[in-house]
Amino acid sequence: MIRKKKCVAMLLAGGQGSRLYALTNNIAKPAVSFGGKYRIIDFPLSNCINSGIDTVGVLTQYQPLILNDYIGNGQPWDLDRTFGGVHILSPYQRKVSSDWYKGTANAIYQNMHFIKQFSPDYVLILSGDHIYKMNYSLMLNYHILNDADCTIAAINVPIEEASRFGILNTKDNGVIYEFEEKPKQPKSTLASMGIYIFSAEKLYKYLEEDSEKTETSNDFGKDILPSMLNAGEKMMAYEFNGYWKDVGTIDSLYEANMDLLGDNPLFDINDSSWKIQSRSPLAPPHYLGNNGKANNSIIMSGCEVNGSVENSVLASDVIVEEGAVVKNSIIMSDVVIGKNAVVEYSIIDENTILGENSHVGESPKKGRPKITLLGRNIKVDNGASVKAGQIVDSDVVKEG
Amino acid sequence: MKAVGIIFSNIHDNNVPELARIRTLGSIPFGGRYRLVDFPLSNMVNSGINTVGIITKSNYQSLMDHVGSGKDWDLARKDGGVIILPPFGDVESSNLYNSRLEALKNITNFLFRADEDYVVMTDCDTVCRIDYNDIIEKHIQNHADITLVYKSRKPNFDEKNATTLRIDENGRIVGVNYMRELEDKEMNIFSNIFVLKKSLLQNIVMDSIAHNKKHFMTDIIAENVHSMKIMSYKHEGFYACISSLQAYYESNLALLEVENRQELFGDRSVFTKIRDSAPTKYGNTAVVKNSMIADGCLIEGEVENSIIFRNVKVGRGTVVKNSIIMQNTVLGENCTINCIIADKNVTIKDRKILSGSDNHPFYIGKGIMI
Repeated sequence: MIRKKKCVAMLLAGGQGSRLYALTNNIAKPAVSFGGKYRIIDFPLSNCINSGIDTVGVLTQYQPLILNDYIGNGQPWDLDRTFGGVHILSPYQRKVSSDWYKGTANAIYQNMHFIKQFSPDYVLILSGDHIYKMNYSLMLNYHILNDADCTIAAINVPIEEASRFGILNTKDNGVIYEFEEKPKQPKSTLASMGIYIFSAEKLYKYLEEDSEKTETSNDFGKDILPSMLNAGEKMMAYEFNGYWKDVGTIDSLYEANMDLLGDNPLFDINDSSWKIQSRSPLAPPHYLGNNGKANNSIIMSGCEVNGSVENSVLASDVIVEEGAVVKNSIIMSDVVIGKNAVVEYSIIDENTILGENSHVGESPKKGRPKITLLGRNIKVDNGASVKAGQIVDSDVVKEG
Repeated sequence: MKAVGIIFSNIHDNNVPELARIRTLGSIPFGGRYRLVDFPLSNMVNSGINTVGIITKSNYQSLMDHVGSGKDWDLARKDGGVIILPPFGDVESSNLYNSRLEALKNITNFLFRADEDYVVMTDCDTVCRIDYNDIIEKHIQNHADITLVYKSRKPNFDEKNATTLRIDENGRIVGVNYMRELEDKEMNIFSNIFVLKKSLLQNIVMDSIAHNKKHFMTDIIAENVHSMKIMSYKHEGFYACISSLQAYYESNLALLEVENRQELFGDRSVFTKIRDSAPTKYGNTAVVKNSMIADGCLIEGEVENSIIFRNVKVGRGTVVKNSIIMQNTVLGENCTINCIIADKNVTIKDRKILSGSDNHPFYIGKGIMI
């Protein structure tokens, strides 16, 4: 019997995520915290294992240390395998050349030998910046049933937002006849989710052709997919109807966290039929004191809450001291919110300390809130304040 | 100095028959997300003890499930690691062991294989942080044969079987007493933690087989207080002895004191089996005061002075006070719950009123529906 895998997943996790500003100063975007306990990469990894895909290559490049540590041997996702499992693939030096990953397609091209050792029939390409629960095996069945060369997952977006996405124009049977990257006048509302399944041989062929071109940006969306379409390969759109959010910006990351709250949350993270696995912190249960208050919020283990928490997400080991108020905010692990401090409409990254009576963020007078962002390891002085919409990655001193 | 650890998971099962009916003492849930065995096991790991045997007798499925390969304690090792030592029958006697010494006779192979010089033995009826290394160091400095750990405290009101130590001014143990009647004063109560050389333990075990000795305290310690140098080691700091259901209840609630929490968990090094619970979610109607709440819960009612384990649901309008609610228990809407210990997977339907008393909590068994 030949040792092989039906499908190998390749997860693109090398992006800097520059639109997350201070959050990704020192870590790659897929390692950004989400929902109190998770990191963004937990979602594609959990989707893989829940879909029966146990071989995943994670392509890292930008600030990989925390991400590499986090993934480790893949044990939290049951991806510690003797054949298959999770592998971290970083750029490396070869005898004749050495290169950083020049684009998404180039990253996969440089690791084709990794894919080939599992002799897969199909290759699933994923990216590490989306929050969603998706059964990839259904998409793979669709790909096989349609005898496609490439299948692209797509989601319907509101027509007014369609011009922000890569749009797939399809015939009635789902066959793609045209791609439009951020069209001014979109013909359809089917947006590409950046999730592709390729029949392996076709993928190898087009990656090799692309690597020999000089006029290429080595990108799936810009180069590989269009050249496959031009060559007449069968490309299908696979419509996905669940929750899916690209968390590439501060606003979308904030919204996706808020989507976890409420009696009937838009995104249910405590779903026993589709568990999201993650590396758990070693903290005791959290504690709410006599003056502690928690409403419509998510609170992780290790927190000590003696103030008030409302419409917020608290990651592990956060301390909210007496009289402090946390409203509509996302607080990452090991943050201390000092006595009588107020935090509103903010994202506060790990290990940051807010002094007593400090004030971070503001409630909007009208319209959309402006999200304030404090980076990791910073200190806000007693009584200091940070205005709405500010992005801070160094200590804040009290003015005047 | 390298030491091997031996944990007796079930010697005090009779202390809390309610909770130990379906499990060994070591796998009794404690403190929202832990089991009693987590404390000695973590203490061992944090003291650099990497070879640990857990002695079991009966009902140990839940313990095996909990400990698993030991990876959550970093004890899944090629060299050493944690091993569960189930009872070992032989042709001569089909009975299970009945004492500490008999249990040790069963594990002579385990002791023989270990290449560590010292042995740390502990039971699962105590919750504390203790550095076994420090005990071993003192043991060596004192040129002791055996060192016993004690806590200077008043016995729990129902702790009738406590063993107390008579200690001279040099810390040497000169006598062992068994409490007959409850005395309401501070005493040197033995914690069932022993340190001794492995070779000495092996000799003791061989000798007791030859002379049919049964009881470690009576036949070995009390017999030899003069012929051996048996030293004491005083434990300072948080200490809970699970001597009864009431003591279990009070020890859990003791975690609501910030100092106790800080001492046990401050350095985040009590390990336990990791489960993938989502973070806990609070609804708009939640009111929570002075309570410890584990992950995966959905809290929509009121909780006060309570310990809530993982994946518990507290419905709207329900008031929970002074209670311990274990994993996966579901409390319906508009219930009133006071001084209850609800075991795992209990379901309490809407509008029920249940109350124990603070000196006699009402226990609801695993899986029961009310």
